[in-house]
Amino acid sequence: MKLEACEVTKRYGNFLALNGATFQTGDAARVVALLGPSGGGKSTLLRVLGGLLLPESGEVRQDGLVLPHTEDGALKVLRQNGFVFQGYNLFPHLSALQNVTLPLTQVHGQTAQQAHERAVELLTRLGLAGHFHKRPAELSGGQQQRAAIARALAPKPRLLLLDEPTSALDPVMTGEVLDVIRELAEGGQQIVLATHEISFARKVADWVVFLANGRVEESCLTASFFNEPSSSLAKTYLTGLSKYR
Amino acid sequence: MTSGPQRPYLWTFVLFVGASLALYATFATVHYSWNWQSVWNYRSQFLWGWVTTLLISMGAMVVSIIVGFALMLGRRAPVEPVRLLCTGIVELLRGSPLLVQLLIGYYIVATALRINDPLVVGIVLLGCFEGAYLAEIFRGAVESIGASQREAARAVGFDIVQTYRFVIIPQAIRRALPGTTGQLVSLIKDSSLLSVIAIEELVQKVRILNSSSYTALEGYLPLAAAYLIVTLPLSWFARQLERRFAYET
Repeated sequence: MKLEACEVTKRYGNFLALNGATFQTGDAARVVALLGPSGGGKSTLLRVLGGLLLPESGEVRQDGLVLPHTEDGALKVLRQNGFVFQGYNLFPHLSALQNVTLPLTQVHGQTAQQAHERAVELLTRLGLAGHFHKRPAELSGGQQQRAAIARALAPKPRLLLLDEPTSALDPVMTGEVLDVIRELAEGGQQIVLATHEISFARKVADWVVFLANGRVEESCLTASFFNEPSSSLAKTYLTGLSKYR
Repeated sequence: MTSGPQRPYLWTFVLFVGASLALYATFATVHYSWNWQSVWNYRSQFLWGWVTTLLISMGAMVVSIIVGFALMLGRRAPVEPVRLLCTGIVELLRGSPLLVQLLIGYYIVATALRINDPLVVGIVLLGCFEGAYLAEIFRGAVESIGASQREAARAVGFDIVQTYRFVIIPQAIRRALPGTTGQLVSLIKDSSLLSVIAIEELVQKVRILNSSSYTALEGYLPLAAAYLIVTLPLSWFARQLERRFAYET
């Protein structure tokens, strides 16, 4: 997969979340990590890359194909992608199983039977056997996030986009969720991951995009980012993060 | 002392008896002389009034829920004139007296449109009036569903209709239920105003009864009871619904 962004800008009111963000990954990037300080534009860029947010200006390309700039066009693209959020964002009125099956039947045209089988298979694989009929509030944070990953994976997305998937979890649950993500990456799933889990990114990602103040400061192979970061912002960020780890 | 599931019923009974005694004692203090016979003579009239009230209320409830939902959607529409129009309608209906709306609606608007059935006109006018209140209750409930739920709905690929159908409305119903019940109870009582457009509903029947039998208050106690017979089950039913929609968030 090759991901490209060209002069992407996105505003929230007066705040410029992305200020001409530009990067391109190598041709065969499979797991792309978006790193950088909070408020730097990671989450916004992730949403723009997946088609969930439309930028004010600029262009995004997946394998050379330009993402459409209309709501309807973007919806088609985003239906091929899967999203996982920091706050899980499961539907609280539905059971874990229904959270997974509903998009399959309503958006992807599967029969109830097919959707049910797919959901059972995925939830079991992600360690949620026995929790199918629980509502999100009855699940732990780690379980909720794994259910959310199952929901995103169910339609077999081309690209799985994860926005700080472990930031709301304690270390044990973080471990559970990172294990799942690593297995997916090793299984060949194409992933874009915004995270603060620096050592996880180092292990699993093959490309790093480093953002600060709405701009891409660095875009390079994982090894070269961690071994010899070129921008001073990246150096400061890495030293700051590794201080107590 | 009993315990378990019977206990609330026991307390209800005790409180009911207590309240009845207090009411009786109050009437006894002012030496009111009852004349129940004349009320009894009018029982079939009373019953017809009650049925009319029931019919109007049920019709107006359906109208008000449809009107309320439409106005709520209109107030959230992306097109500005629609938004302004619906806001204007809500403010006008909520801000002016129902009495005026009924008089102008029946004697001017309905006459101009050549609709003569006061029952139909009454149901529509009452439904619109209460619908304006419901629109705001619905809007509050819909807007309380957070941005993250809307984003999640879009992220799984739902379009705007699917987002409302599968994500927003099921969650909003639960939040709108208590307010909606209160409004529907109000609707039942507000239906008494329809007597001004020549509908002989329950309150009007009681007024006729009181004036023709020279009684003052005898009709009003059964009147209150007749309303409670409708409003209490409604509240009970709403509580059952609330329980069905209850889940932790």
